[in-house]
Amino acid sequence: MTAHLPALQVVITLLAAPACILVRGRDLTFWLALLTTWAAFAVSCLLLDQVMTSGIVSYELGGWAAPFGIEYRVDALNAFVLLIVSGIGAIVLPFTPRSLLIEMVGEKAYLFYCAFLLCVTGLLGVAITGDAFNLFVFLEISSLASCILISLGPHRRALTAAFQYLIVGTIGATFIVIGIGLIYGATGTLNLNDIAERLPATGYNRTVIAAFAFLIVGAAIKLALFPLHFWLPKAYTYAPSTVSAFLAATATKVGVYVLIRFLFTVFGVKFSFDILPTALPLMLLAVLAMFVASTVAIFQDSVKRMLAYSSVAQIGYMVLGLSLVTVDGLTASIVHLFNHALMKGALFLAIGCIAYRQSSFRIDDLAGMGRRMPWTMAAFTAGGLSLIGIPLTAGFISKWYLILAALAADEPLIAALIVISSLLAVIYVWRVVEAAYFREPGPGAPSGEAPLALLIPTWVLIALNVYFGIETSLPVGVSEHAARALMGAGP
Amino acid sequence: MIASLPPGLLLIVAALAIPVLPDALRRAWTVVVPAAGLWALIALEPGTYLGFAWFGAEFVPVRVDKLSLIFGYVFHIAAIVGAIYALHVRDTVQHVAGMMYAGSGIGAVFAGDLVTLFVYWEAMAITSVFLIWARGGETAYRSGMRYLIVQIVSGVLLLSGAILLAEQTGSIAFDRMALGDLATWLILLAFGIKCAFPFLHNWLPDAYPEATVTGAVFLSAFTTKAAVYALARGFPGTEMLIYVGAAMTAFPIFYAVIENDLRRTLAYSLNSQLGFMVVGVGIGTPMALNGAVGHAFVSTLYMALLFMSMGAVLYRAGTIEGSELGGLHKSMPFTTVFCIVGAASISAFPLFSGFIAKSLTLSAAAYGGYAVAWLTLTFASAGVIHHSGMKIPYFAFFSRDSGKRCKEAPLNMLIAMGTAAFLCIALGVWSPALYSILPHDVDYEPYTPSHVIGQLQLLAFAALAFAVLIRYRIYPAAIRSTNLDFDWTYRRGIPALIGVVWPALWSAWQGFLSALAGGLRAGIGAAIRLAGPEATLARTWPLGSTTLWVAVLLGGFLLIYYL
Repeated sequence: MTAHLPALQVVITLLAAPACILVRGRDLTFWLALLTTWAAFAVSCLLLDQVMTSGIVSYELGGWAAPFGIEYRVDALNAFVLLIVSGIGAIVLPFTPRSLLIEMVGEKAYLFYCAFLLCVTGLLGVAITGDAFNLFVFLEISSLASCILISLGPHRRALTAAFQYLIVGTIGATFIVIGIGLIYGATGTLNLNDIAERLPATGYNRTVIAAFAFLIVGAAIKLALFPLHFWLPKAYTYAPSTVSAFLAATATKVGVYVLIRFLFTVFGVKFSFDILPTALPLMLLAVLAMFVASTVAIFQDSVKRMLAYSSVAQIGYMVLGLSLVTVDGLTASIVHLFNHALMKGALFLAIGCIAYRQSSFRIDDLAGMGRRMPWTMAAFTAGGLSLIGIPLTAGFISKWYLILAALAADEPLIAALIVISSLLAVIYVWRVVEAAYFREPGPGAPSGEAPLALLIPTWVLIALNVYFGIETSLPVGVSEHAARALMGAGP
Repeated sequence: MIASLPPGLLLIVAALAIPVLPDALRRAWTVVVPAAGLWALIALEPGTYLGFAWFGAEFVPVRVDKLSLIFGYVFHIAAIVGAIYALHVRDTVQHVAGMMYAGSGIGAVFAGDLVTLFVYWEAMAITSVFLIWARGGETAYRSGMRYLIVQIVSGVLLLSGAILLAEQTGSIAFDRMALGDLATWLILLAFGIKCAFPFLHNWLPDAYPEATVTGAVFLSAFTTKAAVYALARGFPGTEMLIYVGAAMTAFPIFYAVIENDLRRTLAYSLNSQLGFMVVGVGIGTPMALNGAVGHAFVSTLYMALLFMSMGAVLYRAGTIEGSELGGLHKSMPFTTVFCIVGAASISAFPLFSGFIAKSLTLSAAAYGGYAVAWLTLTFASAGVIHHSGMKIPYFAFFSRDSGKRCKEAPLNMLIAMGTAAFLCIALGVWSPALYSILPHDVDYEPYTPSHVIGQLQLLAFAALAFAVLIRYRIYPAAIRSTNLDFDWTYRRGIPALIGVVWPALWSAWQGFLSALAGGLRAGIGAAIRLAGPEATLARTWPLGSTTLWVAVLLGGFLLIYYL
């Protein structure tokens, strides 16, 4: 059984998705989705445990030997990303049955759960596969599924946002597939590990360099690296809050994973950073993302849009960490993958709680919400503190490791910029806190708290934010393990 | 159960119960809890406790050795005495603040790492300020605010130093440090502020006299002594401290002599006493450290006693201005006697506690060959006799009769003063009691003819000088006045200077701000336009722009890669 864990990781949710269409019943599909997602979460926990104790797990699908058949290859990094994706899915799903989203789609809820499961499958597949073309296929599955999810938003603009997401996502996927094709032409293999082994022999010719550029830009679109982030704010703003919570916490993380995988494992540190000057442009874009996106976030009227821009800024931190090209920097990046999933998930779920009571997300319309929906706003504030990086929250751990890594890499300026950009986060979080706690509620303000079914998942994420702000051995331990392997890996 | 709590934490936790306790129980509680703490402390074995690692640093919340134990004992005694003295007070805030403050002080001397020390350090600052604010009124409020700011700055400096030190050495352990780099200087400065080094001392005579009657007793005991402990732990044998300490003993004397507010006189006197301890720490030999620590022990008791007697006067007579008082020995005989015991102790009269401690420091200075320091200390000893030994009791209880007739101090105050007075005499008579708990082994006999005669000569001539000065009315008369101390520089001088420079700076700043605002507005405006908020731009445009950016980025990467 444990031998087939890598296959189960993807297959469980993949099979459950069409099963939803057959079952149809609103509650039945929910339970089906919930059980399969939790099963997937259990599988990824087992996988992570297996990887941390006995090293890389390699699985040949259908028994076809590695370079020719499709290989699932799980190391610490994959296992960690799998944990993030399935974990967030497992926490967000219980939120859905009472959320506004399901009440709106009504009897067609089964389609939502089908798309949700497909999206989870796609993201898990990208994270687990060791085959370049397989990676592209899963990427497409996830982006088509997320496109459906986004289009379910209550506002009509959700449709254009979904359309835009589709187009941009397709461009990204196309770039990736072009890159993969060029590599295939140069090396004659699609297995990521095999590519890594053969590349030095092929020589770093123009084809390989072009493939490299296409892959970076493709991944950059997927992870919404500034200035390729335009699709993200719109998508997250108009998507249903539940979907925003899931996508913000997982989709871009998988994008970052793809970037790290190609830079460090497939092409190797020597090619990616020593032969080609990749670190500096990435660092530059990351810093720009941190500042420009945070500044834009400050000026947003809508909380959702503000959080979306904040995501772009946070992605900047992740890319910044890896652009230091040190074990410390990479550790900080991977830790932040995890911690940002926790905080953005919590924040968007809190928004989902608000959505249950009122349709507007304008900051002005949140006036006095601290009194009307105390638990929701307390959760939002706690998530905001984590976003800023206040000690005893997960966000602090990320910033701490990132700053230490910048200092260790002899980049005091970068460390200073991290601190300054955190101050921008203080401003935009404060705007919401100020409105919610220091203003009188307006006439149309809701009078009740969100139902418990919505509050519990939100507070679970908040509790995790605090827990992983204090007890850091899991994220930091796994990240360090993964970062060491990545820096030592490749030619 | 009590023994397993870190020392000090018991008091802090127990203080939380005070507001909910009924009146009678509350009175017992405030005395019993510190007593229980003392009992638990006596049972405590030396060693380190409750150590844990967090964020890669080794925390040692409790480190027990002889140096911390002696401070722990005296802090508990001071807490008990102070609590008895405050029994009649009905203001719960003061009781809570007093007990938490004592607990923080005790916790600080048992802190085995700099971060724990910092926590207690700030806790002392925050809890003690309520003892000043409880006095009520604008003066007390402002004075407390200044006090709080200074104390918090000290804590911040300590934390900064600790972080730098941890960065260099990888350890936050609080042990002996070598003064050299920025980290240790910051830490020394933090200690120096709390210890009231010259030019950093103004908070002390500023704030203590503004505290409540009972609050001043607590204040006199903990903050500065904890700082002495920190110096003795961190910087023993730092030569600079000898001269800093010598200056500290000498210069407050002049202020003490001319000051009219008798509690402020005591505050200056306390500052001078701290100088003795700092000199001892600076010399750093086992004998000198014994002197410093022993002096801290006895001085906590007699300073508390003196503050208590002056507090009793303030409580009954309603004023503490030397010019308004006099002749109170008729009304308050017991208080008079206790005050004289305290005065004799601080004057280092043989058979009183000051004698057995001060001689240690003086002898250590003499043996170490620090002539200047020895002379200054001797001069300061004479000065102490003047302003605390004679002036305080004389102006308050004798002098010309002010005609004030008031009641004797309340019973609980008398008991507290009596306890402290008893300890002052007992320690002076039976010196081994103190010597046996000093951090280093003591091979010293205070009662040799040369010590006793030398001290008696000093006392006799100082008394003679005082008598002569009073007789011929040369002694600075007790008049209402405001004396300028160095804090004029902080409170008037620097603000005045700023008043000149400020307008220029302000206009420059305004110019900078408006330029910045213009730049920001332009930048943000552009960002908002680009990011496409609600429908200002056609909906399809961002899609095109994204594609454009994708192309630009790809082109850029390819360009730099192929070049």
